[in-house]
Amino acid sequence: MEWGLLVASLATVVVILAVLYRPLGDYMAWVFTTARDVAVERGLYRLIGVDPRSEQTWQAYLRSVLIFSFVGVVFLYLIQRTQQFLPYSLGLPPVPEGLAFNTAISFVTNTNWQGYSPELTMSYTTQFAGLAVQNFVSAATGIAVAVALVRGFAYRRSGTIGNFWVDLTRATFRILLPLSIVAAIILLAGGVIQNFAGFTTVDTIAGGSQVLPGGPVASQEAIKEIGTNGGGFFNANASHPFENPTAWTSILQVVLLLMIPFSLPRTFGRIVGDNRQGYAILAAMGVLALISFVALGAAEFAGRGTAPELAGSPMEGKEQRFGLVQSILYATATTLTSTGSVNSMHDSYTALGGMMPMINMMLGEIAPGGVGAGLYGMLIIAVIAVFIAGLLVGRTPEYLGKKIGPREIKLASLYILVMPILLLGGVALSFAIPGVRDDMEKTSIWNPGLHGLSEVVYAFASASNNNGSAFAGLTANTPWLNAALGVAMLLGRFLPIALTIALAGSLAAQDKVPVTAGTLPTHRPLFIGLIIGTAVLVTALVFFPVLTLGPLAEGLM
Amino acid sequence: MTMSTLTSPPMTEPPTTPTGARPPARRGISWAQVRAALPGAFRKLTPKAQWRNPVMFLVWVGAALTTVLAIAEPFLGGPATSGGSAVPASFTIVIAVWLWLTVLFANLAESIAEGRGKAQAETLRKTRTSTSAHRVTDYREADDAAAQGAATVEVSSADLKLGDVVVVTAGELIPGDGDIIWGIASVDESAVTGESAPVVRESGGDRSAVTGGTRVLSDRIVVRITSKPGETFVDRMIALVEGAARQKTPNEIALNILLAALSIVFVAVALTLNPIASYAAEPASITVLVALLVCLIPTTIGALLSAIGIAGMDRLVQRNVLAMSGRAVEAAGDVTTLLLDKTGTITHGDRRASEFIEMIGVERAELVRSAALSSLADPTPEGTSIVDLAKERGESFDQTTPGEFVPFTAQTRMSGLDLPDGTQIRKGAGSAVAAWLSEGGRRISSSEEAEMEQQTERIAQSGGTPLVVAVKDASGAGRVLGVVHLKDVVKEGLVERFAELRAMGIRTVMITGDNPLTAAAIAKEAGVDDFLAEATPEQKLAYIRTEQEGGNLVAMTGDGTNDAPALAQADVGVAMNTGTSAAKEAGNMVDLDSDPTKLIDIVAIGKQLLITRGALTTFSIANDIAKYFAIIPAIFAGVFPQLAVLNIMGLHSPASAVLSAIIFNALVIVALVPLSLRGVKYRPVGASQILGRNLLVFGLGGIVVPFIGIWLIDLVVRLIPGF
Repeated sequence: MEWGLLVASLATVVVILAVLYRPLGDYMAWVFTTARDVAVERGLYRLIGVDPRSEQTWQAYLRSVLIFSFVGVVFLYLIQRTQQFLPYSLGLPPVPEGLAFNTAISFVTNTNWQGYSPELTMSYTTQFAGLAVQNFVSAATGIAVAVALVRGFAYRRSGTIGNFWVDLTRATFRILLPLSIVAAIILLAGGVIQNFAGFTTVDTIAGGSQVLPGGPVASQEAIKEIGTNGGGFFNANASHPFENPTAWTSILQVVLLLMIPFSLPRTFGRIVGDNRQGYAILAAMGVLALISFVALGAAEFAGRGTAPELAGSPMEGKEQRFGLVQSILYATATTLTSTGSVNSMHDSYTALGGMMPMINMMLGEIAPGGVGAGLYGMLIIAVIAVFIAGLLVGRTPEYLGKKIGPREIKLASLYILVMPILLLGGVALSFAIPGVRDDMEKTSIWNPGLHGLSEVVYAFASASNNNGSAFAGLTANTPWLNAALGVAMLLGRFLPIALTIALAGSLAAQDKVPVTAGTLPTHRPLFIGLIIGTAVLVTALVFFPVLTLGPLAEGLM
Repeated sequence: MTMSTLTSPPMTEPPTTPTGARPPARRGISWAQVRAALPGAFRKLTPKAQWRNPVMFLVWVGAALTTVLAIAEPFLGGPATSGGSAVPASFTIVIAVWLWLTVLFANLAESIAEGRGKAQAETLRKTRTSTSAHRVTDYREADDAAAQGAATVEVSSADLKLGDVVVVTAGELIPGDGDIIWGIASVDESAVTGESAPVVRESGGDRSAVTGGTRVLSDRIVVRITSKPGETFVDRMIALVEGAARQKTPNEIALNILLAALSIVFVAVALTLNPIASYAAEPASITVLVALLVCLIPTTIGALLSAIGIAGMDRLVQRNVLAMSGRAVEAAGDVTTLLLDKTGTITHGDRRASEFIEMIGVERAELVRSAALSSLADPTPEGTSIVDLAKERGESFDQTTPGEFVPFTAQTRMSGLDLPDGTQIRKGAGSAVAAWLSEGGRRISSSEEAEMEQQTERIAQSGGTPLVVAVKDASGAGRVLGVVHLKDVVKEGLVERFAELRAMGIRTVMITGDNPLTAAAIAKEAGVDDFLAEATPEQKLAYIRTEQEGGNLVAMTGDGTNDAPALAQADVGVAMNTGTSAAKEAGNMVDLDSDPTKLIDIVAIGKQLLITRGALTTFSIANDIAKYFAIIPAIFAGVFPQLAVLNIMGLHSPASAVLSAIIFNALVIVALVPLSLRGVKYRPVGASQILGRNLLVFGLGGIVVPFIGIWLIDLVVRLIPGF
């Protein structure tokens, strides 16, 4: 019965995504290759003084990304610190410094880790003009970086990789905004609220009284999923009935958050002029996602571990309204992308089940990953797979006609180093520094032993991969965690971006090697298998020892 | 370019088939080799020697650390437990020993690879021993090119400078690399090429280069030195075969970066494990962490990487090819366009008789007999082939030359036979024969001339060379008997080889001085993909440039000075050893056998080199899965007995599991040394097929083999008391 439901839910999502793959992917490819600007964009370019026809070198592109994001962090920090003076303050005080710092980084890095209860901390203005704006532009930044890398593959002997300001503008106004408007309207129809009503006190049937929060939820909900942001309007995120009222909105939200990441391979194939390459990347993403989904399903249906045994059934912490399957589907989708919005508490999953969202993130969020970030992450893995495969067939490795030489491998290798070091280093430091450890044990960790360790590992996996979901059971609003997770988010976002853009520059400068019978085809099942193998071996496997100490030891108990 | 035509004397033909005086490539490793390599392997145990290889350097650090621990533990009462389980007292020292062995095995692999070139270097070094040279002090090129009257001084060959002029006479060693500027001599180059037959070297043209250390057998030559002391061809050869000049190739550098990155990740894993474990479990001992680290980092490929590179160069040396850089060997594997000279490479270089065409009114038998008789004493390949064809056609004739053989000269452009009865037989180009017949005012009939021209025209059209046979009796009256069709014969098996190359994704292009018609005919017969007819050096260069602009990598062979620009432009330029110094300077490889066909072997060797690296890298990384399953449950088995589920190999105890993994890790290096020296077998098939096969063998094999290996080793290790 449960398996049947699982397959049915999955099939629904897959069919919708399959229908969207070509039109959405082709549309995005057009957006980033067309020479025409619309009036609004032209006005905007004049305003910021950008010539939309002039392309940037990779250094200039990177500089633009960093400046834009830095300004974003500063602006977001200031708006939180001054929210009491701004309209719709709801009477809330300024957000504390550490938390404001952490949140500013969190939203600019597309992580949307929330170390606070939004409805009790953020005013409408902060949510609307601060956080929601970053929901758009941080997602657009990710797409822009991915497109820059794709151009690196497509361009020949070019010193430039596109114009960040144009990519950012187009991603925002031509992709994210229209999709969000449509999605918001559908969500409204599904019962998601959209008002500026503040808190309403109502009398319940039982005779008590309850304070109901209101707010512009639907508009934020749409971009939260579409931009794989994940920062909810309410603390309970998508398990809050005002955010996610019905079973079908739950499935819709899964579709929304998977839609762009799963269509971007098409954009990639389109721009490099070989749709089969897009299908290959899509297949690698799809297989990894499917394995993860089935594994989580199996773990949950088997129902072992501390929490379910205490609760008597694996339903504790799950989405009670829609059943276990919707929780599994949502959890897999949200951690495979960099969304991090939840409709169930991953902390409450069976030990082995709770390990799956962790592994999803530890893979580097590449199946399909965050908007843009997933594609460039997967392409980096493909570059490494191509390198090994190229040696295996006796040719200097090449991917899409671009030689993968020392410089490319250096950038790709550094890329795959960043996340494991941030994750493992963060967790290790949390326990290695005596004062910090004390604070972790006394304040942050609610559950002792293995499960507590899993909570910390999860937090750092989430931060260094810019996921933003929490395992729950961990108080992250402490000086150490605010700072450490903030740094992990910052470096976990911008180091890979810098390396990706540098790689794009290095690839764009190359000529294309013509395809011969000696060229390794990169669209066949064999190569797709190799990408998957590489992803598992060089990323997830690194975390085997840590997982053994956390969820594995707990789950095998 | 070497063009073998009727006009070129046979003496200067390049040897088209290697006579391999050198021993064939050795297979496997003998104990003697291992013994010879042992001292070198121990010498390389210093950190300085390991520093260049990040993976092995980490193992070295681990070995040193565990050794210090092993010494200190008895005094400090070191950890009797790790991760909550008891470890035997001898654990640390045993691990330390095996880590040292791991480093030693890696060194041994490198030393054995180097040792293979050492013997050859020794032979070469003997030729370098300084000889005395007669340096001309006042060389005047204009009026005394032969330096007959010039003064000479005796100097040591080591003191010769670039541009010096020396005189070398028969029996003397040539003191340095140079070009002959006057004279002709036969030279014994066996010291360098291993080819015992002497070669002719002469001033001017494409055979003027001489190599220091070779011996002049006849005559007297004047040589201008073209190399600086210590940078001669032989010096470079010695450095190459010894591996001293080996620089890392781009792919090797890239692979090293990837391996270093993987090592860093695993260092992070090992360093962070204890702080993390300290929260929920017992920390592991340093020895166990070092063991974990060494098992996870790609030691197999790290240990063998340098041996693979040296062995790759060695395989070329075994085939008498000297690569001036490893980069060139690697580029050879990437070649997409192969420029092949028609003559000597695609065809035998000499035309062979394929048909007799008699004139009207002439008996076929008469033509065949006359042609054969006049060729009996003719040593040229053309002559031999006429005799062979005549025999094939079943014509019987006297096997001894009945008269006096008239050799080919540049003046007559004919060869032939003068019979005792005054009859003269001549064969040669149509115009020459016609001129001969017209000697003394006689004229050949116009109909005869027209018929001859028609026949020669037809043969030329089909890409062949017509050889007209005529006879003149004692009275001086002559007539044309017929025409022999000489044809460029495509070497056997080339059609198949070109098909193989096509499957490998390599285009073959035939370069020839022939007219397009002839070229097209031969190109079709040989099955090449394209041809460049009436090729001039400029056209050749332009062709290479066009190919390269399209992203192709071009390989070519050449020997002449006018080939030098093209050789330098090509990604892989193989100069023939018989060629000029300019050509040898321009190319990035020299073929000592001067066999242009070898280009195809060079491509295969280049590919094999990369495949071997890729195969062992895949194997090494795939091994990690089994090692995780051996070590991870072992590390924390004391605290979390439930992790025994992960111990799928059923290893005896945590200590034996860790030790077994380390032993496997060390032994697998030894097991793979022969493969890394021999190279993974390369089959000329498409990329997909190669990938599929190699992934199956080295990927899947890399996952399965260590499970079995560690399990087997554990069966032995568990017998050690305490483990």
